[in-house]
Order: sequence, then structure tokens, then C-alpha cells
Amino acid sequence: MNNIFLTVDVQMWTYILVGVTFSLYIGIAIWSRAGSTNEFYVAGGGVSPLANGMATAADWMSAASFISMAGIISFSGYDGSVYLMGWTGGYVLLALLLAPYLRKFGKFTVPDFIGDRYYSKTARIVAVFCALLVSFTYVAGQMRGVGVVFSRFLEVDIDTGVIIGMLIVLFYAVLGGMKGITYTQVAQYCVLIFAFMVPAIFISIQMTGNPIPQLGFGSQLADGSETYLLDKLDGLSAELGFSEYTNGSKSLTDVFAITLALMVGTAGLPHVIVRFFTVKRVKDARKSAGLALLLIAILYTTAPAVAVFARTNMIETVSNKSYASVPDWFKKWETTGLISFTDKNNDGIINYVADETQNELKVDNDIMVLANPEIAKLPNWVIALVAAGGLAAALSTAAGLLLVISASVSHDLIKKIIKPDISENGELIAARLSAVGAVCVAGYFGINPPDFVAAVVALAFGLAAASFFPAIILGIFYKRMNKEGAIAGMIVGISLMLFYMIKYKLGWLDEELPDKSEWWFGISPEGFGSIAMLCNFIVSIVIMKFTKAPPEDVQEIVELIRIPSGAKEAQGH
Amino acid sequence: MNNKERSKAYWKENIRYVLILLAIWFAVSYGAGILLKEELDAIKIGGFKVGFWFAQQGSMYVFVVLIFVYVRLMNKLDKKYGYDE
Repeated sequence: MNNIFLTVDVQMWTYILVGVTFSLYIGIAIWSRAGSTNEFYVAGGGVSPLANGMATAADWMSAASFISMAGIISFSGYDGSVYLMGWTGGYVLLALLLAPYLRKFGKFTVPDFIGDRYYSKTARIVAVFCALLVSFTYVAGQMRGVGVVFSRFLEVDIDTGVIIGMLIVLFYAVLGGMKGITYTQVAQYCVLIFAFMVPAIFISIQMTGNPIPQLGFGSQLADGSETYLLDKLDGLSAELGFSEYTNGSKSLTDVFAITLALMVGTAGLPHVIVRFFTVKRVKDARKSAGLALLLIAILYTTAPAVAVFARTNMIETVSNKSYASVPDWFKKWETTGLISFTDKNNDGIINYVADETQNELKVDNDIMVLANPEIAKLPNWVIALVAAGGLAAALSTAAGLLLVISASVSHDLIKKIIKPDISENGELIAARLSAVGAVCVAGYFGINPPDFVAAVVALAFGLAAASFFPAIILGIFYKRMNKEGAIAGMIVGISLMLFYMIKYKLGWLDEELPDKSEWWFGISPEGFGSIAMLCNFIVSIVIMKFTKAPPEDVQEIVELIRIPSGAKEAQGH
Repeated sequence: MNNKERSKAYWKENIRYVLILLAIWFAVSYGAGILLKEELDAIKIGGFKVGFWFAQQGSMYVFVVLIFVYVRLMNKLDKKYGYDE
């Protein structure tokens, strides 16, 4: 009886917390309706650096950061560092090389910059194509994430979860545009960081007596054994046949390449870049990049600690224990298929080892964050908090991406190419309609995920690195870069990345997926973005050398964006 | 100094800052966290091997500091050249 009472209680807490946070988001959306295209695309350009920093952090941290990342690190140890360094280091590039200049340029979208700087419709169309490709692969994964979180915590099926998520995002993205999204993202940041930190602090105290998780995972265990937690985990991993936790199994070249691809990809993601168009002055753009990274780093420095706590806890709770005596959470998550046990040698004991033929336990990455509070026996409200946090993370990122998609269609395609004489009001209607269309497409992929979505989401970074990053950097730092070079570079970069992805990640070109030994330079598809980016740079510069310099007025624009003062409100014309 | 010279000098100083900060950015992540990880792991501070710590903690702290240092340097530079607002 007691048990039933406890589960009902978690359920109630979840309904309460999710209900309260959702009403908050809807309330904010109604309060911050967009009245003009300027407000719809860039929130009127008057967002304060702190609000923009929080919104950027929420925009950036997706369901993958919140739910999956700690779990991935948990199972890959040192190898997981590529995500930590890769997804934070990109902000240094963004702050030093991109954000201030793009803000000075003062346009609505990334294809806007590419199209104007390279004085060419072709360049703009190539950029729109790249932006749509990157954003759609990314958003499909987010909608799926919303569905998964709903289904686990509210016990509706995944499809219903996706539809609820679609309706919420539809409401505030269509009504509020960038303005609505910005202020809901501020609220979502608060919810998600609170939801991530509370369980982490609880568990850190439990295991090491240190309330700061970042220090806790380098401390001694609280059981009086004077053993360091990381030494213990290294020992446990070795015992079970895994590689030592603090040493990875990936090659040095691949770790290097993946980190680079993720950093550069982060700096090239349109939904992140566009956030810096929303602040008032160039100095605000710099400052809000710093604040965004600070707020992101709170979660990102905690995640590796959570990874260590969760892994140690899990091994100790289930490894070599009798299946009949496993705790309740094990049975509960078994029904979701996230954890499974097959008694290969019929001894009733859970054998968790690295050797695939003998291993009897399968654990999904996501469980490390989702079930962590239960494994550590934390109070019910903390367990429910994780659901609200996961939803905040997934919704905020989905909304940011949908805005990029709708702006690419209504502004870059309709206004700039198809129908330049469209009125301000007409463009606003077009923007809202494209947002509706984008939500429907994203929802469709969330309900019917093609099996390649999961594989492709991680590669969105490679695509962004291979296409936008070189074109923007050269556009700012190399005055002579012309349209011929930039267009050729983008096309070569993104085609090369797509080819490598299709061949070595999806395996569509051969009978079966080619073996790792065939990878070029031993670099995985995840890391190949860095190679494709280099090719983009080289092709751009070589082609540029053989073609004529950009017109005088374009060169003057480049001079102008290098000077911070006099950044005007973003202009559509 | 005319406008053209002023903006040239400003740009030059900006590039110098960026290069120095990016060198540090590279050193803590690709250097300490990846290329020199094995050597640094021989040293331990508390329960952390130093190379591992740089890869999963230290590099991120340095990243945050780097951006705020850049913000300060650039605000000063903007003032020096009269570009602040």
C-alpha cells in the first residue's frame, strides 16, 4: 500500500510542477505578443544582456544537454569530455569572432548576413538551404524529446506527448515570435537549472559530504574509507572489464576532431547566432555571450559530477545483486524499456560486465538523469522536478529553432527573393504561417521519427561547421573574400559533410555500414565537420584568388562592421 | 589621426587581443585536456588527475573567464578610440 501511495504522490507532484510551469510560459506569451516584424524576428532589438544570456542558455541547452549528456559521459568516461569542451568552447569563438560583428551588421537572420555580405541571391539561397537543413534535423529530435518526457512522467503515450508539446510551442512561438520566445526562455532557464542542480547537490552531499558537485566528484567518499570517488570508480570499471573511467577508448585524433567540430558547429548554429541580434549595442552582444556561457557552464560543470555519482551508484546498487531483490525503480524503468535484464546464465544474479557475451544488463543513457533521483532515494518533489526541467529544456530549444525556420522562409525566401514588395503586415502574417507550418513538420517527425533522426541530430553541428562558420568568419575578417569563393566553399563544405555522413553514419551507399577502419584519417562522422570546415576555408580562399574582388561598397560595409559604435536597430531593408 | 587611421589602429589592437585569448583557449582545451592529457594525469590534485580535470572542468572555467576578460579589454579599447556608447 505504501508503495502505491508513493507513486501517486510523484504523479501528483509532476502534474502540479508541469502545470505551474506551463501556465507561466503561456502567461508570458500573452504578455509579450509581437506587433511588428522587428519584434517577431529579433524581439525589437532591446533585450538586456542578462535576459539575452539566460534566453541563449535555455535556447542552447536542449533535451540532449539536460537528459542525455550526463548519461553519455557516465558510460564513456573521459571520452565524454568532447561534449563538455565542444559545447562550451564554441561560445569563446562566438563572443570573440562572431557575435559583436553580426550585431553591428544589424539584420534579422544568418542568411541575411550571407546574402548581403556576398551581394548575391545565390549565396542567400545556399545559406537558407543550410539553415533549414541544420534546424530541421535538430528540431525533430527536440519534439521527440518532449514526447518521451511526457510519456514517462505523465503516463500518456509518446504521440500524445508530442502533440501537447506542439500546441504549447505553437501558442507562444506564433503569438510572440522572438519576443515571446525570449521571455519564456528566461523562465525556462530558471526552471531547468533549478531542476538539474537540486538532485545533483542532494546526491553530492549523500556520497561525499560536499554540497558542491563540481568539488564533490573529486573528493573522498563519505563512508569514512578515505578512498577518492574517482579512484573507486576507476577500480570498479576495471573490475567489470570496462576501460578506466578517467581514460577513454577513442583515439587522440578523433577526440581532437570531434571537439573541434562541436565547437565550430556551436558557433555556426543559426538559432544561437540569431539571439545576438536581439540586444541593443555591440558591447551588449559581447557581454551577453559571456553571461550565456557562465549560465551554461553551471550545468555543464555539474553534468560530469552527476555522471560519476550515477555510475558509481548504479554499479553498487545492481551489479552482482540478485534480480529478485532489486529496488522498485529498477522494475518501474524496466517497463519503459530503458533498462533491461536478460538472465543469460540463469543464476538470478545481475552480471554487469563489459564483455557483450556475458553482460546481462542494458541501460539507456537517458536513465542516468531521469532515474538518478530515485536511485539515490530523493524526495518525490525532486523526482517530479526533473520532468519539469526536461520539458523546459526541450521546449525552449524547439521554439528557438522554429523561429529560425519561419524567419528563413518568410524573410529570406518570401520577402527577399519571391515577393520583395510584400507589406510589413503581410510579412508578419507570412512569418506566423511559416511558424505554424514548421511546428507541424517538426511534430510529424516527432511522431514518425525516421530511424536516421537520432543519428543525424549529432551531425547538425558538423553541417553548421562545414557551411556557415567559414563563410561568416571570412566575411568579417577577410575584406577581399568575394561571392564566388564563399558560395563554392559552402557548397563544397556541406556536400562533403553530407556525403561522409551518408556513407559512414547511415551506410546508404554500401550493402552495410562500412567499418571504422575505413574512416578517413581515423576520424568519425561526428568529428568530420572539422575536416569539411577546413575544405570550405581552402576552397573559398583558392576560388577567391582567381576571381574579382567584391565591389567597393561591400568592402566599405566590412570596414564598418568592425567598428562597434552606431549599431542601429535591425532593419529589414 | 583621421577616421581611417583610427579604425585601422583599433582593429589591429582588437586582433591582437583575440589572438592572445584564442591561444589560451587552445592551450587549456586541446593542449591540457587532450594533447598533454596523459602527461598531466601523472599529477593529482585531490581526487582529480590534472589532465582529466582540465577536460571535464578546468577548460570550461577558463572559457568563461576568457570571455569576460575580452569584454573588459574591448570596453576599454572602445573608450580609448572613442567608439563607446
